[in-house]
Amino acid sequence: MPLTLESVRQDFPLIVGKPDLVYLDSTASSQKPQAVIEALERFYRESYANVHRGAYSLSLAATDAYEQARHTLARFIGAQPEEVIFVRNTTEALNLVAYAWGLHNLREGDEILLSEMEHHANLVPWHLVAQRTGARIKAIPLTPEGRLELCALDELLTERVKVVSLVHMSNVLGTVNPVAEVARRAKAAGALVVVDGAQSAPHMPIDVKALGADFFAFSGHKMCGPTGAGVLWGRAEVLQELPPFLGGGEMILEVHVDRSSYARPPQRFEAGTPPIAEAIALGAAAEYLMGVGMEQIWQHDRALVEYCLKRLDEELPEVRTFGPRGKDRGGVVAFSLGSLHAHDVACALDQYGIAVRAGHHCAQPLHRKLGLASTARASFYLYTTFEEVDRFIEGLKQVREFFKDWL
Amino acid sequence: MKLLEELYKEILLRHYKHPLNFRTLEGASVKMPGVNPSCGDSLELYLRLEDGRIAEAAWQGQGCAISMTSASLMSELIKGKTPPEALELTRKFKAMIVDGAEPAPELGDLRALAGVHKLHARVKCATLAWNTLEEALKE
Ligand SMILES: Cc1ncc(COP(=O)(O)O)c(C=O)c1O
Repeated sequence: MPLTLESVRQDFPLIVGKPDLVYLDSTASSQKPQAVIEALERFYRESYANVHRGAYSLSLAATDAYEQARHTLARFIGAQPEEVIFVRNTTEALNLVAYAWGLHNLREGDEILLSEMEHHANLVPWHLVAQRTGARIKAIPLTPEGRLELCALDELLTERVKVVSLVHMSNVLGTVNPVAEVARRAKAAGALVVVDGAQSAPHMPIDVKALGADFFAFSGHKMCGPTGAGVLWGRAEVLQELPPFLGGGEMILEVHVDRSSYARPPQRFEAGTPPIAEAIALGAAAEYLMGVGMEQIWQHDRALVEYCLKRLDEELPEVRTFGPRGKDRGGVVAFSLGSLHAHDVACALDQYGIAVRAGHHCAQPLHRKLGLASTARASFYLYTTFEEVDRFIEGLKQVREFFKDWL
Repeated sequence: MKLLEELYKEILLRHYKHPLNFRTLEGASVKMPGVNPSCGDSLELYLRLEDGRIAEAAWQGQGCAISMTSASLMSELIKGKTPPEALELTRKFKAMIVDGAEPAPELGDLRALAGVHKLHARVKCATLAWNTLEEALKE
């Protein structure tokens, strides 16, 4: 069943308030529904206190709400609540894994396997850990269509590979990687499997058990939640053995002046006062998305991207798009217009109220591979309409006309 | 589109397609890279100083029409200037782009970029070459 778009759009105050805006940058961050804005405000107005500390009822109520959010996020990805760690965002989640797991488990000569389509958030933390441990970094290459070159996997998965960290859905190509298959093969080779779910968790149903990974990271702000709260899911057995990343209050069992012992997961990984209100509002976002239906959202994104690519192919031959064509492609369209620079294109579209992003989208290695310093990118979400895609296409035609001497 | 029509004039097209001094410089006194980390645009600026003046300026890089035009015209304008004079031009250019100040006549054709002030997202594009020049002259 298609989404009932009008009702969905009505849920987003910013969208209702700006009828002329065509917001096509949800891949960077999504807009927020009323339910999430209200959850934030309600918590601050009615139940605010620090968590896990006070013996008074207000703090207990705040703790309950925070832990309730953990349950909701666990349900959102098919996990146990003890496996859900609240962090700031995907970047922090991946740093947590790289530091807590990587520094303790990687040795000189070990290998870290990534891919050529990774976001900087899944590259730089590994660079830092590789420098300290002497581990080496390798990458799964891409096919010309922008899929993982899986034929190369067996050769790459030597016994030296101790961790495979991979993006689930590319924020540039829209490619949905066959993570379950890679995870199966990587685990058979004895490697830890980490998944960057920043783009998949907001847009498709996720069942971490079915993915077969050890860690799964995502950001709340890309899935209708507020900024400042995200999730690292870790398989219970792996978390049990994992040393802390940050130390401080809340994550301890017992502290002496010269030593301390640590709490069980997930508290072990939540040092200091967490983003309480943000986590609670993220719970509201997950409820909201589940209410709409993650499968519906995925089908909606799919329909939009197919429609957009078809029109671009047929009506704008000067536009080059990137990423695979097929069911393994989400609602992201990175493109270039002739030889024009992405900034010039995005800036011109902005004059028509069309918000697209221009740049390397934190994926410089991928852009180097594409042979471009930057691309423009339009991306879709549950509130995006076909009419907005039409306006985008018409806008691009005007831009083409405006820059006709430049192409 | 009014903002764009004011900005994307013939002169930008010319410098975008045929940037001036777009080459490396043998025997440069200073060679300075500049990047815009947010978008990945980059350039390399070469200066040859002689008798306390910028005898030659050249650059290479990639970027949008605004950053290319800015670098192209800058490389032409600073030739023959002393470093303090070049820094004074930098100040005037940035005042025009960042603060929206009235374009100084010494900026010549660069005044065509004055409209960038109204396109906040592009301020960094226009100033990339100039920030690189400032770095280069510090050396
Ligand atoms: C694939 C991917 N990974 C990681 C990130 C980083 O997310 P955040 O900035 O929320 O930490 C992003 C967001 O841009 C992303 O698209």
